[in-house]
Amino acid sequence: MIINHPLLGPRDSEEFVYLGAADLINRPNNWEQDASAEDFYQYQYIRENIAGDHRELWYHEQGDQSWLVVTRNTLSHEIINVELAQDVSRGIGRGK
Amino acid sequence: MSKTRYSGFKVLKEALTGHKGWKPTWRDAEPKAGGYDVVIVGGGGHGLATAFYLAKNHGITNVAVVEKGWIGGGNVGRNTTIIRSNYLLPGNEPFYEFSMKLWENLEQDLNYNAMVSQRGIMNLIHSDAQRDAFIRRGNGMLFADAGCEFIEAKEVKERYPFLDMDNPRFPIKAALAQPRGGTVRHDAVAWGYARGASDLGVDIIQNCEVTGFNIENGKCLGVQTTKGEIKAGRVGVCVAGSSGRVMAKAGIKLPIESHVLQAFVTEGLKPVMDNVITFGAGHFYCSQSDKGGLVFGGDIDGYNTYAQRGNLPVVEDVCSGGMAIMPMIGRARLLRMWGGVMDMSMDGSPFIDSTEIDELFFNGGWCYGGFKATPASGYCYAHLLATNSPHEVATAYKLDRFRRGAMIDEKGVGAQPNLH
Ligand SMILES: Cc1cc2nc3c(=O)[nH]c(=O)nc-3n(C[C@H](O)[C@H](O)[C@H](O)COP(=O)(O)OP(=O)(O)OC[C@H]3O[C@@H](n4cnc5c(N)ncnc54)[C@H](O)[C@@H]3O)c2cc1C
Repeated sequence: MIINHPLLGPRDSEEFVYLGAADLINRPNNWEQDASAEDFYQYQYIRENIAGDHRELWYHEQGDQSWLVVTRNTLSHEIINVELAQDVSRGIGRGK
Repeated sequence: MSKTRYSGFKVLKEALTGHKGWKPTWRDAEPKAGGYDVVIVGGGGHGLATAFYLAKNHGITNVAVVEKGWIGGGNVGRNTTIIRSNYLLPGNEPFYEFSMKLWENLEQDLNYNAMVSQRGIMNLIHSDAQRDAFIRRGNGMLFADAGCEFIEAKEVKERYPFLDMDNPRFPIKAALAQPRGGTVRHDAVAWGYARGASDLGVDIIQNCEVTGFNIENGKCLGVQTTKGEIKAGRVGVCVAGSSGRVMAKAGIKLPIESHVLQAFVTEGLKPVMDNVITFGAGHFYCSQSDKGGLVFGGDIDGYNTYAQRGNLPVVEDVCSGGMAIMPMIGRARLLRMWGGVMDMSMDGSPFIDSTEIDELFFNGGWCYGGFKATPASGYCYAHLLATNSPHEVATAYKLDRFRRGAMIDEKGVGAQPNLH
């Protein structure tokens, strides 16, 4: 699979480490509250496990060490979109 | 239909009479209008075994196994056929040992040659830490009556002179063996259970994909399929790699990711390996089939996928694992390779449980170690479906165990979907 890195252009997926669904960006913020146990359970263990277009986190370990959000089809392995995770995070009001 | 007893005599008789007396092994059925007491979704090893034990152990014969393709086309026909009961944790080891005992009598139970071969399995050890861990595991196995042997390096070398004992990164220091482990002809397991179930009255319905569940007031009343609706008193989902997709149709999310695992077989060679050899540190495992091919595999590709095919980086990775430990494998040519989609649970252990929807049950999360579990999984799932309570060796396989902090984490590495 070739991942079209927004800064570095097309790179072999072998240069990357895969983490999982991009939902992992949304770590619960309410850790001081009792309700957070359930939120962290959902965050840590439960997966959408989508058959189709899947947004997921790839880390460019052998490259510029950036995190990317890759939209990839889990039935065909076609890569549809690649964004910097940092931009995605900021877009939803997380991070600096 | 069939109910033919297979025997040496029957083979001889057929040989002398032109093989005209063989009948289809099982009955290909269409859905019954009145529905079934139990509908099993998924005609893999686990689904067919479940149907067989429902009929045999519990007398529940108004059962259908609904399979979207053909039986045996999923992981049951794609795995590297290794069976073993060398687990460590109390939640797992009695279950896998129960499975091993069922394998030992399977062919007599089914009157079907599944080529169960207890040729032994040997896990290589490369460091002091690994030696300690394996001795601990060996003790766990002895507690569960699974049996094991510790083999010193000298004997490993005598038995398998082709191993690279002095590999600079992974020198072989010893091995932990389970002599009762081995291999089984995987397709024959599907066919044997199908025949056993079919003879007891179970309907095996192929080319029939379940596309939805009929759920009313929190209760499952049946399934929607490409061959129409099928009413069911109880529904048992058992679809391995498709668990996420299928349970999503009932609105249930699981602690599971689907990943692809590849397997490989070389051209046929003269006998070189009378055992299963595993190189856990480099993630490579190998055995020799009766046709002579070296059958081997390694790690999952590592990204979510429902495609039954992998990519080239892992091919290279698995083959270099093989080259590191048995360089002779480099002289053999690869004949075939393929992939299967696996239901990777977050702790590497499976689920056999009821769900939040009445009369809807779930069996899955087998990762890439579910073939060896086939008999026990079927046995325990049938027990659950028949009695509504878990079988005593499967009490830990609950869907809510992560919420309770009771994960069954053989490796002790925490939540990640790449364990087995
Ligand atoms: C390459 C590879 C190597 C492996 N090696 C080993 C090994 O050495 N030892 C070991 O113990 N385990 C091994 N495994 C794991 C083992 O094969 C699986 O855990 C086990 O086979 C899963 O259970 P099953 O046989 O019921 O699955 P499957 O045979 O996959 O059965 C599931 C069935 O459900 C059907 N299905 C899916 N969706 C639907 C639907 N909507 N409607 C109707 N039917 C549906 C599928 O078509 C399929 O036939 C390996 C797996 C792979 C892929």
